[in-house]
Amino acid sequence: MDYRLPLFVIIPLGAAFLIPLLAKLFKRAGEWMAVLSLLALSGLAVYFVFLEKGARVYEVGGWRPLDGIPIGIYMVLDGLSIYLLLVINLIGFLSAFYSLSYMKKFTAESLYYTLFMLMIAGMNGLVLSGDIFNLFVFMEIAAIASYALVAFGIEKEELEASFKYQVLGGISSLLILLAIGLLYWQSGTLNLADLADVLRTNSNPVFSLFIQTLLIAGFGLKTAMFPFHAWLPDAHSSAPSPISSMLSGVLIKAIGAYVLMRLFFNIFALSYDIALVLAIIGTLSMVIGVLLAVGQWDFKRLLAYHSISQMGYVVVGVAMGMMILARNGDLQVASLAIAGGLFHLMNHAVFKSLLFLNAGAVEYAVGTRNMKDMGGLADKMPVTAATSLSASMAISGIPPFNGFFSKLIIIIAAVQAGYYVLAFLAVFTSIITLASFLKMQRFTFYNKIKSSWNGTTEVREAPFSMLFSMVVLAVLCLALSLLAIPSVRDAVLTPAVNALLQAGGYGTVILGK
Amino acid sequence: MIVYLLCMLLFLIGLYGVLVKRNLIKIIIGLAIMEYSLNLFLALIGYVRGGTVPILSQDLKTSVFVDPLPQALVLTAIVIGLATTALLLAVAIRIYKKYHTFDIREIKRLKG
Amino acid sequence: MKGITVIVRKVSQLLAGVVFLYGIYIIVHGHLTPGGGFAGGAVISGAFVLVILSFGSEIQKLNKSETRSSLLESTGILLFLLIAAAGFFLGSAFFFNFLPKGTVGKLLSAGFIPLFNIAVGIEVAAGLLTIFLALLIYKDEEDR
Repeated sequence: MDYRLPLFVIIPLGAAFLIPLLAKLFKRAGEWMAVLSLLALSGLAVYFVFLEKGARVYEVGGWRPLDGIPIGIYMVLDGLSIYLLLVINLIGFLSAFYSLSYMKKFTAESLYYTLFMLMIAGMNGLVLSGDIFNLFVFMEIAAIASYALVAFGIEKEELEASFKYQVLGGISSLLILLAIGLLYWQSGTLNLADLADVLRTNSNPVFSLFIQTLLIAGFGLKTAMFPFHAWLPDAHSSAPSPISSMLSGVLIKAIGAYVLMRLFFNIFALSYDIALVLAIIGTLSMVIGVLLAVGQWDFKRLLAYHSISQMGYVVVGVAMGMMILARNGDLQVASLAIAGGLFHLMNHAVFKSLLFLNAGAVEYAVGTRNMKDMGGLADKMPVTAATSLSASMAISGIPPFNGFFSKLIIIIAAVQAGYYVLAFLAVFTSIITLASFLKMQRFTFYNKIKSSWNGTTEVREAPFSMLFSMVVLAVLCLALSLLAIPSVRDAVLTPAVNALLQAGGYGTVILGK
Repeated sequence: MIVYLLCMLLFLIGLYGVLVKRNLIKIIIGLAIMEYSLNLFLALIGYVRGGTVPILSQDLKTSVFVDPLPQALVLTAIVIGLATTALLLAVAIRIYKKYHTFDIREIKRLKG
Repeated sequence: MKGITVIVRKVSQLLAGVVFLYGIYIIVHGHLTPGGGFAGGAVISGAFVLVILSFGSEIQKLNKSETRSSLLESTGILLFLLIAAAGFFLGSAFFFNFLPKGTVGKLLSAGFIPLFNIAVGIEVAAGLLTIFLALLIYKDEEDR
């Protein structure tokens, strides 16, 4: 019973509600409380990844399993959860540090930090939760906080984008609630380990297929997969930049891709049809996302469409692994595909949030998001231009940046498994991504400098806190390529892959302890 | 069986409201109807034939109780529905101030 | 707010106290009867909303009430987390039931569940009141 697990939820929740109280007394207490608590959480996550490995469980209230049946609420930390926790808390800390300067232009800053900490609490709780209804509740906490954060600037476009996001997100949450109700009806339990047990022994296959379809629809919308991607360009481009980086870099992974992986690998029996559906929608997102991104002239809208395409890569990698496992294929190739998908998840979190932070820095200095109105910023904003260049090379898959290695692993796994069409489409998407980002770099940073923006001719570099986060993320872009080395990979990535591959492993963590 | 089909019918009515209606407030009401129908469905799942209220008291006559777990789920889902509706309404009235209309055909600045 | 007659004001004055008491009854008996924190909190906020609707209020008083209820809401949740953490320090786990459980059916029984109900009741009542006041203040600002 490790008491440090609930700290991941209690610290951000406590901080979220202390911030309005402290902001009444001290002016800047709210910001520093948020940043310091996130620093503590990322330190805890790093500690759990590198120093104290192994799966652990926390029984809330001390309710131990009775006769082998888990009757309480459990928080489970296994390889996949700690991998996601590392991503969430680290990117959260860097975004919060960035927003120390960026949010000076807004009013009601303490409310911003409250909502930010609530979003982090929701995502942490979701990744740690051991039963499916707690997962739903934490997902709703994170989602509602993100709806409010998208509308934070209260301009026309932000409100419209937030409304669209809320209606679509609300419908998907209702579909997920329906699926949870049907799962409870079929199995009589809500605990994930117990659910896996019950579904293995007696399950109506048609009913199971219906529930799985509802879950793909619900969580597919949260992950912004192809038929359900319409909310993402509006929401992610209209939000304030640190929130865009959190939404695109962390939220769609924690409440989307993580839950899909957890439910379809560990809970339901592996089925080839569902894996094929996931692979198809992943491929479609990959290709359609990048084709829609090429014609964009709004900086952040372009980045949002690329998010759809890169999340397609993650889902394709994981779904390929599922397809191979469902057919009892080669375990090595399956684990390579899943490792590629998970590696790309972390890489995308890093370089996409860096790109959004860059867009925020450019908007802070110049005042516009339209790339036709920008140009020649590389002389005036050297650090922003350098970090933006490294992020663009990372997302296009150029060695030695991290994007190259993760895309290479996915393509090699596709070729080894015999899915040549998938491999070709992955390479094709990568080439078009490169073209799109070359265009972005040229029009934003390297064209002829304009005479005036916004009435001023003076364009200055961004403030220190914004530069700090961007430089740290750019260094991480290079450093994460080291994850391809076997020794580092075994510490970080292999526990996550193994947590997915051992289907019954989740149960033994709760019941075995 | 028929009660579950009626719950799904209510869900579809709410979905019709969200998809077809052009007034923002009617979309919000459609979403709220969908939430209520799902809460009703969840509460009905736990019904046990001949069961009574699942409250422990000193003078118990029967020992067959209705399942209390879905009722706890519904309580939580109602609170989540409240938060969702409150946030939607707050955004909707601010949209009215900026765009001066509730018609979604006019609220179309984000395109492409 | 000008067309409210004397009858409505008198009746709402008399009823608000009764509604408030009924809300407290629902909260405190949450472990014995259906209801508990959320339902009782919603009823208590109904009492306040009734008084504000029938009497009207000036914008400064509404602003002050809104800040106060917002702070009360944060305090409610911090009280909730405090009781959960007290379960950790006085027992073995977070949310561990550290008070004596008593006999079934009495008011002082079931450990710390009545305390949780009270914290949630404060939080929900303050939260709903904050939402109502925020929307009311926004409408007032827009009318100018």
